[in-house]
Amino acid sequence: MDSTIVLFLAQDGVTNGAIYALLALSLVLVFTITRVIFIPQGEFVAYGALTLAAFERGVFPMTAWFTVALGLAAFAADVIRDPAARRPRRLAKALAGDIGAPAALLLATWVAVPLKLGPLAEVPLTLAMLALLGPFLYRLVFQPLAEASVLVLLIAAVGVHLAMVGLGLLVFGAEGFRTAPLTAAMFEVGPALVSGQSLWVLGVTGGLIAALWAFFEHTLTGKALRATAVNRLGARLVGIPTTAAGRIAFALAALIGALSGVLIAPVTTVFYDTGFLTGLKGFVAAIIGGLVSYPLGAAAAILVGLVEAFASFWASTFKEVIVFTIIIPVLLWRSLRSTHVEDEE
Amino acid sequence: MRRVLPVAALAVGVLLPLVPATPEFWITLLNYIGLSSLVVMGLVVVTGVGGMTSFGQAAFCGFGAYTTAVLTTTYGLSPWLSLPAALALTGVAAWGLGLLTVRLSGHYLPLGTMAWAISLFYLFGNLDELGRHDGISGIPPLSVAGIALYEGRAVYYVIWTVVLLAAVATFHLLDSRVGRAIRALRGGVTAAEAFGVDTGRAKLIAFVYAALLAAVSGWLFAHVQRAVNPTPFGLNASIEYLFMAVVGGAGHVWGAVLGAGLVTVLKDQLQAVLPRLFGGSGNYEAIVFGALLVVLLQYARDGLWPLVTRFLPERAPEPAKPGAEDLPRRAFPVPGKTLLDIDALQKNFGGLVAVRDVGFSVRAGEIIGLIGPNGAGKSTTFNLVTGVLRPSAGEVRLLGERIGGLPSRAIARRGVARTFQHVKLLPTMSVLDNVMLGAHLRGRAGVAQAVLRLDRVEEERLRWEATRQLERCGLGDSLHRPAGTLALGQSRIVEIARALCLDPMLLLLDEPAAGLRHAEKRALGDLLRRLRDEGTTILLVEHDMDFVMGLVDRLVVMEFGVKIAEGLPAEIRGNPAVLEAYLGGIE
Repeated sequence: MDSTIVLFLAQDGVTNGAIYALLALSLVLVFTITRVIFIPQGEFVAYGALTLAAFERGVFPMTAWFTVALGLAAFAADVIRDPAARRPRRLAKALAGDIGAPAALLLATWVAVPLKLGPLAEVPLTLAMLALLGPFLYRLVFQPLAEASVLVLLIAAVGVHLAMVGLGLLVFGAEGFRTAPLTAAMFEVGPALVSGQSLWVLGVTGGLIAALWAFFEHTLTGKALRATAVNRLGARLVGIPTTAAGRIAFALAALIGALSGVLIAPVTTVFYDTGFLTGLKGFVAAIIGGLVSYPLGAAAAILVGLVEAFASFWASTFKEVIVFTIIIPVLLWRSLRSTHVEDEE
Repeated sequence: MRRVLPVAALAVGVLLPLVPATPEFWITLLNYIGLSSLVVMGLVVVTGVGGMTSFGQAAFCGFGAYTTAVLTTTYGLSPWLSLPAALALTGVAAWGLGLLTVRLSGHYLPLGTMAWAISLFYLFGNLDELGRHDGISGIPPLSVAGIALYEGRAVYYVIWTVVLLAAVATFHLLDSRVGRAIRALRGGVTAAEAFGVDTGRAKLIAFVYAALLAAVSGWLFAHVQRAVNPTPFGLNASIEYLFMAVVGGAGHVWGAVLGAGLVTVLKDQLQAVLPRLFGGSGNYEAIVFGALLVVLLQYARDGLWPLVTRFLPERAPEPAKPGAEDLPRRAFPVPGKTLLDIDALQKNFGGLVAVRDVGFSVRAGEIIGLIGPNGAGKSTTFNLVTGVLRPSAGEVRLLGERIGGLPSRAIARRGVARTFQHVKLLPTMSVLDNVMLGAHLRGRAGVAQAVLRLDRVEEERLRWEATRQLERCGLGDSLHRPAGTLALGQSRIVEIARALCLDPMLLLLDEPAAGLRHAEKRALGDLLRRLRDEGTTILLVEHDMDFVMGLVDRLVVMEFGVKIAEGLPAEIRGNPAVLEAYLGGIE
């Protein structure tokens, strides 16, 4: 193995690692704020990639309909469950957000598909419709369970994962797709050949991490979200609506998931069920970070990407075995380090 | 009518395959239901009862199935001999994997199991010895008395006999000393550890037990199917088992069978009907299952078994037999000897010093009151003495032995029992069972004795002890009520009865009189005095001054983590520092 291969694998690993980092970040985000271990995160990756692929092929992405359907369901659930949601002002707001926005996206998609407007229009449309799905899912599935234990929430998340994979097959078919790279440029950096797509991935990841940092450090909403993560009851007592915090967390997670999908779609062929494994690799990273630390999770994600890249070179058939076994020494380490048995909520 | 139902179900089960008109397809379906039931029963123990979630059950099935597949095909071993091997291998794997995760908080176990479930799936699929993704075929069928069981109808009896045996074993396990420890896990580890339960071990037992049931299912599967490949042992299969547990009711042994039955039949029907309705080759049943799972969690978290139990005879709770022998008691120190000695005790939480340089001692046979305003560090002191927290500095000595920093259960073993300021009882468990947990350390029956019912004599003695303590505390008429139905004051008394079951020489009571009515307080005072006269030493935190002043021998007063006074009740009443702490300074 010469240095060219090492550099190539490293580049591959870091690029994938950056995607895992994004996923790890959003998993930590969702977990700390809502206590939901967000298994369906990976489905957002697949939906994002496949929706963009549909745009590219000039096929109408059914995701738009899915968003409309879930919006209607979320609207209906709110009106049925919560008498306060039937007040005219709330109703108007909900109508605009739950029905108006998805309908507008549907219309825009309907207009955009035949025109083949290119990634500049198609990527935002893809991200928007998937980002809307997040809060809808939160309201339909997790908000009614907000006081349940972490394990109940986890099982519910698995339910959502099952349903979304099944729907993915139905909507996108069993065929895998790859999208055109955002750039075909290649740069020679010393002995290495760096692809423009890798730079895109790294740049977007870096930018997003910086944006998230700014959001959590410097905006009132971000601070409210952090307060909710630290203490739900306390946050509610000082007037932070924790359900709104949950919706925002899910919107961010869905957006980041979809964005990850858009970023990897030109690099790997994405199938309707690819997302699950990708998402779980984000999980491995998040677990290494203890599910609470953003920087540790991000660093671990790069490590996971590198391990994966080198494993696929040396022992390609055992790639997944190796990647998912990294978790065992990590759990061992965490287990030895914890001096006292932690109490469950 | 109610009594007839279980018998009728059994009769139908036995006769069904004998009726020639029964379609072969029904038998096949029932066989699969039986195989799944075994795995789901394990999940009931781990998830429903023990409160841990495992996504690794299908992988454990795989261990069982592949072990027997390799041993019977490559080495020509008899299936009956490969069963112990399959159990041993799975048991060791589960033990090792469990050891990694049980000490960590709740969500690591599901995520950890998920990760290695995937890892094992790919391992099964890529090892040459295991036939890679094609798997291993040509596995011999089971044979009984020289007759090979090729027929579904014949295997049916083997499968369902195993299911019934597993159900009986699981009932026995849950209704035992070990079972109480596993059930106590849901109430958080602090209370269980305070009564000597090694919660890590209890979790591990539940986890390995479930893995072994899965291994038996996998072993049977290999010989019924006569071929294995990685697919039925992947993560999706584990998710399906979890789904079955939720549908049936994760807390009920028969819920496992119900859930397995409903999901298997539903899946079969959906796979037949949905593609015809919608066309195409979509994975429709996954969508329905996913949505159903969410709806069940939202509206029927206990699953469907509770609906069935309405039509079943209620099992009368076992009354304690007064004939049971009393449990042996520990030797108590002579009255007046220093029992507990606290010296320069300190606890910091980050920058906050909750307890600073506190020292006092308690002599055997005394009742000592620990009082002070809210936030004075009284409960923290209790937690330091009982091992819930580790002291940052200073010493706690029990009869001269250093116990500061020992785990709770080691301190409990030395004869220190406590109650909690925030009641820690298991609301769904009966009062009697809750109190029996207090006697955990006075029994020794393990898993094997429980499953084989060799623990009955000991259980009788524990039950009798718990009954006696409850009667003594005036709750003799509430033995079989779920603890969650008691009023707060009564719950506190149940905690005292539970603590008494430990046969403690030192009893720590955290606000025992809170929530009690006047007459109940008087009865509690009488009880505590009687206990003292019998030699039990009591340290109590209490805010009700009338109650405390008339009861205790001496008082220790704390404020802001510091001891500000110590002495007889009469002295404390006039102590200026105490008056200032309680009433504010007099300008």
